[in-house]
Amino acid sequence: MIEFADVHVRLGSRDVLRGITACLPERRVGVVGANGSGKSTLARLINGLALPTSGSVTVLGLDTRRHAAKIRRGVGFLFTDPDAQIVMPTVAEDVAFSLRRKRLPREEVERRVAEVLARYGLAGHADHPAHHLSGGQKQLLALCSVMVLEPDVLVMDEPTTLLDLRHSRQVADLLREMPQQVVVVSHDLPLLAGFDRVLVLDEGRVVADGTPDEAIAHYRKIMS
Amino acid sequence: MTGLTGAYVPGTSPLHRLPAGAKLGGLAAACTVLVLLGSPAALAGAAAAVAGLYALARVGVAAAWAQVRPVRWFAVALFALQWFTVGVEGAAVTTLRVVLAVALAGLVTITTRTSDMLATLERCLAPARFVGLDPFRVSLLLSLTIRSVPVLTGLAARVREAQRARGVERSLRAFAVPLVVGALRHADALGEALSARGLDD
Ligand SMILES: Nc1ncnc2c1ncn2[C@@H]1O[C@H](COP(=O)(O)OP(=O)(O)O)[C@@H](O)[C@H]1O
Ligand SMILES: [Mg+2]
Repeated sequence: MIEFADVHVRLGSRDVLRGITACLPERRVGVVGANGSGKSTLARLINGLALPTSGSVTVLGLDTRRHAAKIRRGVGFLFTDPDAQIVMPTVAEDVAFSLRRKRLPREEVERRVAEVLARYGLAGHADHPAHHLSGGQKQLLALCSVMVLEPDVLVMDEPTTLLDLRHSRQVADLLREMPQQVVVVSHDLPLLAGFDRVLVLDEGRVVADGTPDEAIAHYRKIMS
Repeated sequence: MTGLTGAYVPGTSPLHRLPAGAKLGGLAAACTVLVLLGSPAALAGAAAAVAGLYALARVGVAAAWAQVRPVRWFAVALFALQWFTVGVEGAAVTTLRVVLAVALAGLVTITTRTSDMLATLERCLAPARFVGLDPFRVSLLLSLTIRSVPVLTGLAARVREAQRARGVERSLRAFAVPLVVGALRHADALGEALSARGLDD
C-alpha cells in the first residue's frame, strides 16, 4: 500500500509535483506522462530517494521522511540505465553485493544468487564481466540484484526504454509473474496493458486515473 | 579481455579454492624467494614451478600469456640493457625474476574473484577503523573504480562516434566536455543507485 497525501515537490525554483493525492493498494500500477511531467520524481518518492517539500508519502505503513532506510529495505528500485546500477565487476558478484548487509553464510549467498540468476535467465553468465552483457541482459542483472532481496514493493522507472522488443517483452512477462506490488513508470504502453490502474501525470498533477484503456486514451489525447 | 575487469577465469582448481588471503601471502613469499634466487639454474627451476602452478590452475595457455603479454617489450628491453651492463647471465636472472613475479601476480588475479580479493583487503584494513577509515568504503570505492572503467570507456567511444557523425575529427574540447558531463551524470546515477540498494545507512 502506497499513499500520497497532498504531496508537493519543489526542486530549485521549479514545482515538479503540485498536490498529488492518491492511495494505491493495487498490485500493478502504471504511471505515464510527457517528459518532465514529474514521473521520475513520483517514483523516487516511493522509496525516499526524493522527499516531499510538503505533504507526506506513506509506504508499508511508514512515513518516507522518517523511515527512509527501513523503507528502502522493503522497496526495490529499478532505474532506466542498467550501467548505473551495476556496481560489481562480474554478474554473480553484483547480485551477491545486494546481500552483503544480511551477513548470510557464504553457501546461502551462493544459493540465493544462483537461484535468482536462473530465474531471470542469466545462469550461464554468473562469472562473466558485467560489461560483456547486452543492454537487455544488463537490465535483467539489475533486476536480479533487486529481486534477490525479495522486496515487498518494486518501483521501475522506464525499465524498458533502452531495451529491444524481445527484452522488453521478457521484462513484461517477468512482471506478470512477480508476487510483489509493482509501480512502473513507462512510455512502453503495451507493458502497462493488464495493469490494475494507470495514472497520467501532466505538469506535476494527476490528470487521469483509471484502467489502462481509459488512462492511455486520455494520455494520447493530451499528447496530440 | 584486458586489465582488471576480465581477468578472473572461472574454475574449480585447488588454486581457485584457496582463500584469497593465502594466495596473496603466498605471492609475497614467492616474490621474496625470487629475489633471493641468484643462479640461472635456480630461476629456471622457479620458472618450471610457475608453469606447474599454471597447469594446476587449468586456465589455459591464452590466459597465461595474457598475464605476461603486457610486459613483453619491457622484458626484452630489460634483458638487452642488462646484457650490456652485467652480461648475459645476470640479464637472464633479472629478466626472469621480473617476468616470473608478474606471472605469479597474474595467476592470483586469474584464480581469484574481485569480490574475494576485496573482502580480504577489507579484513586487512579492519585495524584502520581506529583511525577513522571505513574498510567497507575503501573496498566499495575500489570495486566502483574497477566497474567504471568499461562504463567510461564505452562512454568515450560513444562521444567520439557522435563527434565523427557530425564531421568533427579532432577536437579536444568537443571530446572532453561531453565526456566529463557524461562521467558526472554517471557518478550521480551511481550514487542514487547505491542509495536505492540501501548503502547509505
Ligand atoms: N534536481 C533538480 N533540480 C531542478 N529541477 C529538477 C531536478 N530534477 C528534476 N527537475 C525537473 O523536474 C521536472 C520533472 O522531472 P522528472 O520527475 O524527472 O520528470 P519525468 O521523469 O516525467 O521526465 C523536469 O522538468 C526536470 O527538469
Ligand atoms: Mg524520468
